[in-house]
Amino acid sequence: MGLTGIQIFQLLPKTNCKECGVPTCLAFAMNLAAGKAELKQCPYVSEAAKQKLAADSAPPIRTVEIGTGKGAFKVGGETVLFRHEKTFVNPAGLAMLLNDDEPEASVAGKLKRFKELSYERVGLTLKGNAVAVRAAKGDKAAFGALVTKVKAETEGGIILMAENPEVMAEGVKACADRKPLLYAATPDNADAMIALAKETKLPLAAKASDLEKLSALTDKLAAAGVQDIVIDPGSREIKKALHDEIHIRELSIQKKFRQLGYPTIVLPFEMTKDPMMETVYASMLLAKYAGIVVLSDFRGHNLFTLLLERLNVYTDPQRPMKTEQKVYEINNPGPGSPVLATSNFSLTYFIVSGEIENSRVPTYLAVLDTEGLSVLTAWAAGKFVGDALGGFIKKSGIADKLKSPTLVLPGAVAIISGDVEEELGSGWKVVVGPKEGAYIPAYLKQNFAQ
Amino acid sequence: MEVKIPTRAYSGAIRPITLGKGGKAFTVGGETAFPFYTFEGQMPNQPRFGLEVLDLEPSDWPATLLGAYGAVVKDPAAWAKKCVAELGADFVHLTLAGTNPNDQNLPVDHAVKVAKAVAAAVDVPLTVWGCGSAAKDAEVLKAVAEALSDRRLCIGPVVEENYRQVGAAALAYNHVVIASTPIDINLAKQLNVLLGNLGVKEDSILIDPTVGGLGYGLEYTYSVMERCRAAALTQQDDKLQYPMYCHLGVEVWKTKEAKLPGDADSALGDESKRGVLMEAVTAATLLAAGADVLVMRHPEAMRLSRELVKGLATG
Ligand code: SF4
Repeated sequence: MGLTGIQIFQLLPKTNCKECGVPTCLAFAMNLAAGKAELKQCPYVSEAAKQKLAADSAPPIRTVEIGTGKGAFKVGGETVLFRHEKTFVNPAGLAMLLNDDEPEASVAGKLKRFKELSYERVGLTLKGNAVAVRAAKGDKAAFGALVTKVKAETEGGIILMAENPEVMAEGVKACADRKPLLYAATPDNADAMIALAKETKLPLAAKASDLEKLSALTDKLAAAGVQDIVIDPGSREIKKALHDEIHIRELSIQKKFRQLGYPTIVLPFEMTKDPMMETVYASMLLAKYAGIVVLSDFRGHNLFTLLLERLNVYTDPQRPMKTEQKVYEINNPGPGSPVLATSNFSLTYFIVSGEIENSRVPTYLAVLDTEGLSVLTAWAAGKFVGDALGGFIKKSGIADKLKSPTLVLPGAVAIISGDVEEELGSGWKVVVGPKEGAYIPAYLKQNFAQ
Repeated sequence: MEVKIPTRAYSGAIRPITLGKGGKAFTVGGETAFPFYTFEGQMPNQPRFGLEVLDLEPSDWPATLLGAYGAVVKDPAAWAKKCVAELGADFVHLTLAGTNPNDQNLPVDHAVKVAKAVAAAVDVPLTVWGCGSAAKDAEVLKAVAEALSDRRLCIGPVVEENYRQVGAAALAYNHVVIASTPIDINLAKQLNVLLGNLGVKEDSILIDPTVGGLGYGLEYTYSVMERCRAAALTQQDDKLQYPMYCHLGVEVWKTKEAKLPGDADSALGDESKRGVLMEAVTAATLLAAGADVLVMRHPEAMRLSRELVKGLATG
């Protein structure tokens, strides 16, 4: 929040009536500035002061919601420049372009992929967010028909791409109840687009050829009462596009520059004709601040890759990712397979399970809840120790599935093997495995290959 | 409407470090701004790309990766030559996987022989990379450093457990050390302090922050690199003012997703494009976080990443 306690104090009644719970208006103002009080605790603030304070405390980048029901997604709302400062808020929306002059088979294939491509990972479902329908022909009927089809066949968000307001109106008519994003108002068509967006209360993208013109345009939109805005600074070269993204984020967060305090939309397919290069440009812009990324197509190879990157970039940087405590089956283990033990720090789990998969040796992987700590750190913290690990293995009942139960400890904690043996009893053989994940395949092949 | 672009005042710079010798030597680092923030500082040396060569024929590379090289993967020297002459690598990264005590445990002689053969085959800068066992690497890298004393190699991974031996060898023969720490800014700093105390010169250190591949810990690497760069450039953290060396190909190509078969219509898409994109996107993300030297495996992924750098640096 930009206003200081003194500035806020100027807006208060200065009667020191104490109803807010502190002795003076000044003390209350200081608390407000520090985020320790809420404005509604003072019953006497004027309307004008309320508005001023509300505007000041609005987030630096507006959150815009597109779509409805299951297909709804939010973009914007970001508060920091770097993910190590604080978790990025709303993962960038990924949209698939669909032109109204594309052959029918191409449209059918794309819609099928849009619906079907989805991936389960660390308990999350990763998938694309929206279909961006573009009026390539400039023909009202063709555009309206394709939008109708997209609405009927998908649940996802819809982005209507048309610069002719009459064509746009046709698309809006077809899917207004699905809360599409209208792309885009430009300095040339702004009045008609504003009218359309206001009438339907739909989010509107603003597109101009540079940041100055874009700021003037969003000013106009905001003055006309359009609040849900997404911005496109028009840059179609990767260097300028990246710099614009950085400028927009820094201006809105550091300078509270309201005119650019909106999520952005980028179109990497307008920067290159090569779909591979397009994906690489998309990945750079996804890391650096894009709100919505429109791709020329969704294929498993580009979509999955960008979804993984998005997952990585938008993960909470403070909290270690944790995996569920349980015994995982890798490569179809049977009664003769070993049980490897590891911690539930996701990175450890991913590496160890990946190496086991690489080895192709059927194996059980027992993941102990160490509150997201790596094996060695967890051992040092008393969480990866004999009774905890032994207790978990016993409780899991895995021994019942095994002929001669063998537990393989991570090499780094060889020291606990005696305690684990004691805890598990004579039914188990406890051995010490390699110290690092990379050695697991060789180790498994040598000792447990069938 | 006037828009005044905010710019930072940076207080530090990344040290320029020269790799290799002779006409093909090049310098990395030297930045005075965040990666590609050329509107507020300099990026005098573009990030460089190398391809990885193994001392033994790879046993776990998928066909989509092996196919990019063909029969040369049986011969490290021929392989290295192809990387440079045909595929345009700026440098070669030789990994001595065969020396791993938990695997084939090949002796120091083997390492020296392969390293010499590869060095003789190419004139670009050369990295010699151990198997990751600190004790074995200490022996192997020391011997290689001595055998190739005229090359100004990059040698690594130099870790806390073997920095004395490897650091001393690098110092003696004027090689560059790649200081490797497990995704932790403080450990990265600490190792550089230790190397400095040992006498390793400031013009001979690169930071390996340890790369987590896409979907496998990339987020941790990303933030540690961003924090290293911020500390180096805005907090004058002298011990972090080194270029960053990212050994990423191996991390991408060991994941199951990079290897699974599939055509363009399958859930994970075309196998010939998926691994390439996973590698190129990992590289792009690391470039955004401050990577200066990138070790890749697929030549096509290298081409894409280089094209990105070209666009960002010169566009
Ligand atoms: S309730 Fe309002 S007017 Fe009364 S002391 Fe608190 S801030 Fe001042």
